[in-house]
Formats: sequence, C-alpha cells, structure tokens
Amino acid sequence: MPGAAIEIENLSKEYPYGFLNLKKKVSLENLSMRVEAGEVFGFLGPNGAGKSTTIKLLMRLIFPTSGTARILGKSIEDVSTHQSIGYLPEQPYFYDYLTAAELLDYFARFHRLTTDDRRERVQRMLKKVGLETAKSIQLRKYSKGMLQRVGMAQAILHEPEVVVLDEPMSGLDPLGRREVRDIILALKREGRTVLFSTHILSDAEMLCDRVGVIVGGKLRGVGTPGEMVGIQTQGMEILFEVPGAAKKFALMDRATRTGERYRVQVSEGQLYEALDELKGAGARILSVAQIKPTLEDFFMDLVEADRAQASAVEVSGK
Amino acid sequence: MKNIWIVATNTFREAVRDRVLYNLVFFALLMMAAAIVVGQISIGIEQTVIVSLGLAAISLIGLFIAVFIGVGLVSKEMDKRTLYALLAKPVKRWEFLLGKYAGLVMTLTVNTGAMAVGLYAALWSVKQPLVGSDAYVFVAVYLILLKLALIVALAMLFSCFTTPFLAILFTAGVYVAGVFAYDLRTIQALNLSPATVKMVRGISYLLPNFQNFNVTGAVAHARGVPGALVLHVTFYTLVYCALVLTGASAVFSRRNLK
Repeated sequence: MPGAAIEIENLSKEYPYGFLNLKKKVSLENLSMRVEAGEVFGFLGPNGAGKSTTIKLLMRLIFPTSGTARILGKSIEDVSTHQSIGYLPEQPYFYDYLTAAELLDYFARFHRLTTDDRRERVQRMLKKVGLETAKSIQLRKYSKGMLQRVGMAQAILHEPEVVVLDEPMSGLDPLGRREVRDIILALKREGRTVLFSTHILSDAEMLCDRVGVIVGGKLRGVGTPGEMVGIQTQGMEILFEVPGAAKKFALMDRATRTGERYRVQVSEGQLYEALDELKGAGARILSVAQIKPTLEDFFMDLVEADRAQASAVEVSGK
Repeated sequence: MKNIWIVATNTFREAVRDRVLYNLVFFALLMMAAAIVVGQISIGIEQTVIVSLGLAAISLIGLFIAVFIGVGLVSKEMDKRTLYALLAKPVKRWEFLLGKYAGLVMTLTVNTGAMAVGLYAALWSVKQPLVGSDAYVFVAVYLILLKLALIVALAMLFSCFTTPFLAILFTAGVYVAGVFAYDLRTIQALNLSPATVKMVRGISYLLPNFQNFNVTGAVAHARGVPGALVLHVTFYTLVYCALVLTGASAVFSRRNLK
C-alpha cells in the first residue's frame, strides 16, 4: 500500500478561555506531517505538548481551528473512513455494565460483521490480549491494565489499515507492555500503519520506523530514531573489577563504584591508554561499550530549550 | 438506521443492568396498597381514585427517569469518555444521539407499559367486572409516554450544550412552563404592558403544550378520549421531537469533547 496513510496540513487548535472566552490558548500550532503507509510512527512529547490533541483531531473528537487532515486519502470529516481505522483512547474507559466479550461484540456490530465472524474475532482478540479467562466479568471489576488490554482489543478487532494508539503502554505492567509491543510489531508485519503516542522513549526507539517530537504544540522534528539522536558516539564506558591485590591507579579515582564493580567514561581517543592502565594495575575488564545519545537525551534537550525560551519570553515581557 | 438500532439496544441494556426498571417494584407495591385501602374507604369512587393515583404515579416516575436519565444519556458518556472509542467507529454523531434517545424511549415504553398493566390489574381488583371504557386507561398511559418522549428530547438538547445540573433545571423549567402553556396564551394580567403580554404569548407558542397530554380527569371518570385528540397529540409529539432532536444533533455534531 504505497503513499501516505495519514497526512496532516497546518493543523491548529486553539481553546478559548477567560472572561467571555476572549483569551486563546494555543494547543497545537500549524502541525504538518505525514505517516507513511505500513510504518510505525511514534509521537513523542511531554504532558500538554499536543499529542492527544492531534490524535483527537484526527478522530474528530475535537475540531480544528484551522488546517486539514486526511486518513487513507479521505478527509477526516468522512466518517466512513473509520471502517479502516482502529483507535485506542488515552486511559480508556468503557461501559462498565458490559463484559469484555459483550463490549467487543457491541463495537464489532458497527463494522457490519456477521454473527459468526463477530464471535470468532471476539474470541481471537480476547486471547490475543490475554483476557480469555476474564471475558465474562463485567468491566467495572477490571483493573486499569485490563481495561487497557480491552481497549487494545477493540482497536484492532476489525483489522483496520490504520491503528492510532494514544499512550498504549500507560497503566500496564512490564508483561502487559511487552504484549502491546508484540501486538504493534505484529500489526507492522501485517502491513498496517500504526501511529502511537508515548512517554516511554525506549519503546519508541524499539518499535518505531520514525518518530515525531512535539513540544509546546509545535512539531520539533521528524525522522528515524537514529536520525533524531545523531550517530556520533559520545565516548566509551569501561566496566571493570579490582581484585584485592591490584595496585591503586589514577583511573580508579574517576570511576563510579557500584558494589564490587567500577564504571568509567573515557573518550574514544583515550580508550586504549585507559585499557593499558587497567591491565597494568591488574584490574579485570568486564565490558567496553559505546555511549550513544538516546532519544531521551534528544527529547530532554528539546523540552529544556522550550522551557528556556518560554521563560526568556516571560522575562522580556515583564 | 442500523447504527441507531445498535446504540438503542445497548442503551436499553444499560438501563436494565443499572436497575432502572426496579421502580416497577415500588409501583406494584403502591398499586397493591391503593387497591386494599381504596376498597375499604371509598364507596362508589374506587375507579376515580385508583386511576387518578395510578396515572399520577406513572407520570411522576416516568418524569424522573426522563429528566435524570435523559440528561445523563450524553453528558455521562462525555464525562466518562466512553464516547471516545464509539465515535472512532463508523458512527455519525447524530446516529449516536438518536440511538441513545431511542434506547431511553424503549426503556420508558417497557416501564410505562408494565405499570399500565399493573394499574389495570389494580382497577380489576376493586371493580369487577371491567367494562370497555376502562381500557381508556391505556390511552392515557400512551399520552403520558408521548409526553415523556418529548421530555427526553428536551433533556438531551439541553445536555448537549450545558452542564448536567443546568440541563436538569432547564428541562424541569420547560416542563413546568409547558404545563401552563395554555394559561400563558390566554394571559390577561392587568398590571402587564401589552408588549409584555404579547411576548409571553409568543413564548407560550414555542413551549410544548403539556396540557394536551393530560386526559387523567376524563379517564378517571370513565369518559372517553376522542380519537382526534390522540392523533393530534401523536403528530404534535413527532414534529416537536423531530425539531428538538435536529437542534440537539446540530449542537452535538460540532461539540468538542474534553
């Protein structure tokens, strides 16, 4: 399926507030981006950055102040596109008087599936998200993590081409997070497009073909996780142990001790010199690893730059 | 139409599981007590007392359900955000709204229908044998049901653009004003200016005239209800509900969810 699955052009959202709604809070400012068909796209940003606003605009839960967006080539105003879209809201909450099986069956009915097809898919989805044994319990007795799993199941129940997940790992234990990761990877293998927002940067690095970073309602960068953080290493880290008989040496003073182990960071040029020193002192070298900037470093740099800019504007305003 | 039906049946299921129909137990107890007491204290007016009491209870219980659940139909879904996943399905907002409306009207139909049967049974217990004109009780209940359908539509309209508390106040206010719509139309107050009288009359024509729905007096005294009145009220309700629900859909279709 070539081309863009999601195209966003100059999308903005302002919320009026204050006396007579005369003031405006800009939640999203001229967002333009594309999510290519078949890719997993991570949408990153701190709280209040505009991630959920963007997703809600795409799902027509809120309406843009200006700008347009298309999903699978059709305007987001065309509700029929929702036959091919799956959506998991942030911190999902469902009809608590229904069981998981009833809820999934209810949602499946909007997709014009036959009774047999519905029954088969509901069972398959419940198994996929690990809720097979809890399928007959009313949702009011479900934990937050279980509700998140139900949310995931209803989002992919109708085998949509585009899956939009708002904080899919939120509220999940490590096992649940791994299951969601597996589901996202399975969706990618099946050729589906996945757009998901997250705070957990390691998940984005692990899963995404590309990521977009949004801060203060503005898109600050789009690219592969590698492109975003750069490929230059920031140095080398050596992990070593010092047996009792070993002599004292200079590198030891710079090292950080954790239990019996020491960890020291050196530049690439100093690596061999440091290794010789350790060898000469009788230390046991356990590992040598490159230090690379993470997506988290990139993300934090952007957020801090944004905060610095905001406070500079505030000071000059005063 | 299919989407409306899917939402409606789920709304009905919600009402059943949230024990909305438990009020029937209260009504049954009330009717049993009334039948026993009326049989002992009222001589010759058993029918009047039982029918008046029964229809008043059906109307009052229905009003509570129509106003409180009607207002909550949409606002609860927005507050709890259960609406989010649903609106991401191929469902138009007006389909959701009409589905919720139809679901509550379905609930009220079952509820008032069951209470009508209960009232008829209570009437049978104090007055045997029943005659043909006693079946007018069902006509009165039908008109109450139409009134409730109109109130649900109003409650939904208000809940689409204001808080649940204000929506309850507005719905109750329109209901009370609508009960006195006829009096407002014929207002001849001495201390009001002609312009004010004209304005009050104008407003009274916009309000739903709930007096048209009340035939309790006639039915309680075993008088018939003209077929033309029933047809008129049915048509009036259909048109009024269509207008109110169109307005509610227009507001809700552009409403930003939280």
